[in-house]
Amino acid sequence: MRRGISIAAAVTVVALAATACGGSDDKADGKPKDPKDVSGTITYWDTSDAATEAPTYKALIKQFEAKYPKIKVNYQSVPFTDVEQKFKSAAKSGKGAPDVVRTDVGLMAEYASLGYIAPLDGTAALKNTSDFSTGAMNTAKFNGKTYGVPSVTDTLGLLYNKDLLKKAGLAKPPATWDEFIADAKTIKKKTGAYGTYVNPDSYFLLPLLYSNGADMADPSAKKITVSDSSAVTALTTAKKIYDEASMKVDFANAYQNMQTAFKNGKVAMLIQGPWSVSDDLTGSAFKGKEANLGYAPVPAGAGGKAQAPTGGHNLAVYQGSGNLDASYLFTQFMTSTESQITIAEKTGTLPTRTSAYTTAVTSNAKIAGFKPILEKTARPRVALPQVGSLFTPLQQNYVKILQGDSSVKSGLDATAKQFQTLLPGYSIG
Amino acid sequence: MTTAASTAQTDKTARDDGSPRPARVSRLRRSWDKYWYAWAMVTPVAVVIAVLVLYPLGYGFYQSLTNANESNVAATIGAFHRPATYDFVGLDNYWHVLSGADGDFYPRLVWTVVWTVCCVALHVAIGMGLAVLLNRKMRLRGFYRAMLILPWAVPSFIGVFAWRLMLNSQFGVFNEIITAVGLPEQNWLGTPLAQKVAVIMVNVWIGVPFNMVALLGGLQSIPKELYEAAEMDGASPWQRFVNVTLPGLRPVSNTVILLGCIWTFNMFNVIYLLLGNNTTGDTDILVTFAFRKAFTGISDYAGAATYGIIILALLLAFSTFYRRNTLKSEQA
Repeated sequence: MRRGISIAAAVTVVALAATACGGSDDKADGKPKDPKDVSGTITYWDTSDAATEAPTYKALIKQFEAKYPKIKVNYQSVPFTDVEQKFKSAAKSGKGAPDVVRTDVGLMAEYASLGYIAPLDGTAALKNTSDFSTGAMNTAKFNGKTYGVPSVTDTLGLLYNKDLLKKAGLAKPPATWDEFIADAKTIKKKTGAYGTYVNPDSYFLLPLLYSNGADMADPSAKKITVSDSSAVTALTTAKKIYDEASMKVDFANAYQNMQTAFKNGKVAMLIQGPWSVSDDLTGSAFKGKEANLGYAPVPAGAGGKAQAPTGGHNLAVYQGSGNLDASYLFTQFMTSTESQITIAEKTGTLPTRTSAYTTAVTSNAKIAGFKPILEKTARPRVALPQVGSLFTPLQQNYVKILQGDSSVKSGLDATAKQFQTLLPGYSIG
Repeated sequence: MTTAASTAQTDKTARDDGSPRPARVSRLRRSWDKYWYAWAMVTPVAVVIAVLVLYPLGYGFYQSLTNANESNVAATIGAFHRPATYDFVGLDNYWHVLSGADGDFYPRLVWTVVWTVCCVALHVAIGMGLAVLLNRKMRLRGFYRAMLILPWAVPSFIGVFAWRLMLNSQFGVFNEIITAVGLPEQNWLGTPLAQKVAVIMVNVWIGVPFNMVALLGGLQSIPKELYEAAEMDGASPWQRFVNVTLPGLRPVSNTVILLGCIWTFNMFNVIYLLLGNNTTGDTDILVTFAFRKAFTGISDYAGAATYGIIILALLLAFSTFYRRNTLKSEQA
């Protein structure tokens, strides 16, 4: 009994034992079971927003149970911020772990390398994979195997307040980081609103790193690249934005303050993802004026290209699941074109299947706004198992650089040194 | 302690009187014959403590002698099997930490000590001040006492989040108040130093009630006659405080200070919840630092266990030293 002593699990075991007795000759043949014969209970951990998105997922689960009456899905909502630790400790001990878990794409390499999630190649979970966008499919791969099925995708873009830009006499959003800083100054002078609000979270630094040709590390060359000259350029720009273009940053409450300031028209431009849009639309600057919210790709850097990390969520199956067959079917169902269309229409998140971009789906302003950005600027992040640990030193030194406690170069050198203890065998260069 | 000591004394004399040959075996048997029910009563607790405290402690100590992390310990999850590939490294981890090679330990230790000393000093000073104020007849005394206990009654994470909202530099109430009276806005949680001041302030707010209540209890047990006698001798209020109140409070205040030090040293909530994740790491005390080691990305079991054992050793050494010193001063 790996999943703890719950009545549901006990029922599953009894049910499994019963089916095993009845159909033991099926198994002896080694033939895959007919999907209609799969039965049992599975647990699904959902990390979608409990208030706005979860009802859609719950409704889809009802449809799944109607299609496969012998399978029961136990839905559990887990906050996005807690899921990593909760899942890892449950997966390790096998007690209380879910069968299917909605996983941030940034965690895939870590889970897969630790053996927590099952490879899905050749299972029922993956169906019609050529339909998935390449970027989304890449996030599900680790060491050549597929460990997840892309469910929703996202990236960072430049969200802006059209009224404020117009008032400042700016015809279009900035295309480079230099223009971004110059425009921010113009906006401040002409309208009194701030150009931007820097989010000191290191994930939001990635567009600046990428668009200057920098990255945290280069796994193929086994090199830590976070302190090279292009990263120095990126961080110098970041510091300049913080000093010259941003509203004063409250580090302990940065995310909430940035959102509040932007949606109420105190800040004109933000580097943000599609998940923030529904919150933006509740503020005085956009409420009832959805068209006032502009979408653009992140600005380009010294290299001339604009790039932002691919985000989103994949569905992954717990390796120790007592009911892999049902878990595969559930994963397949939740990521099918029909389900993705439903999710996109109801929640405004971006589907990962190209066939799910129907006219009804793309008529949603949020999806229409982010679809071209995704196609133009989204790129994969380094798929290292240690990537979660790497963000901590980068984060702390980024804050030090912004606050002026250390220079750009010394901050990045310190980051690289700390990376080295986390990435054995890597050299700085 | 005096009571325990005197009981031991009487036990000893009783035993010496009763048994002519104090052989160890027979003494053990006698103790078993006489107290078997007590041993039986204690057994379940002893077993629970062994399972819940000693086993994890022993296991943590063992892990601190290895290079175990989440990716090299043995795991069998469904079809996935990974054999244990970590090695026994002896005292390497301790050497790495204590020699300062990891670059984190001494800065974190210094801040932890500063944090503990500041918090406990303010806790006891303010707690004692309030206790003295409330230790006399006045109107609404019950009401004041209840109000002052409030911070203690509120779950600490709720208190901490309330403070975080109030200290918000852009939409918080503190800045609204001070800008309303014409003072410049403050970035309360803006720099490591400001953050350190803020966490100490919030922890003092949380910790004062306990100290106040404990010291109030101590004050009420000081015999009134002592004050009367001191007054007869012409002692000033300050002299009475120094020569009657403080010595009378010593048994209580010693315990309160010891507990305060241990709790504050390991006070996780305030630092972790008040400051969030966008910090420079300078505000981490040893426990929050060990927590980050254990719970970000691929868990570093060995590193976190090493820190855990070092924290335990520091606190054990401190409390032993402290107890010994205070016992001496109590007896003197």
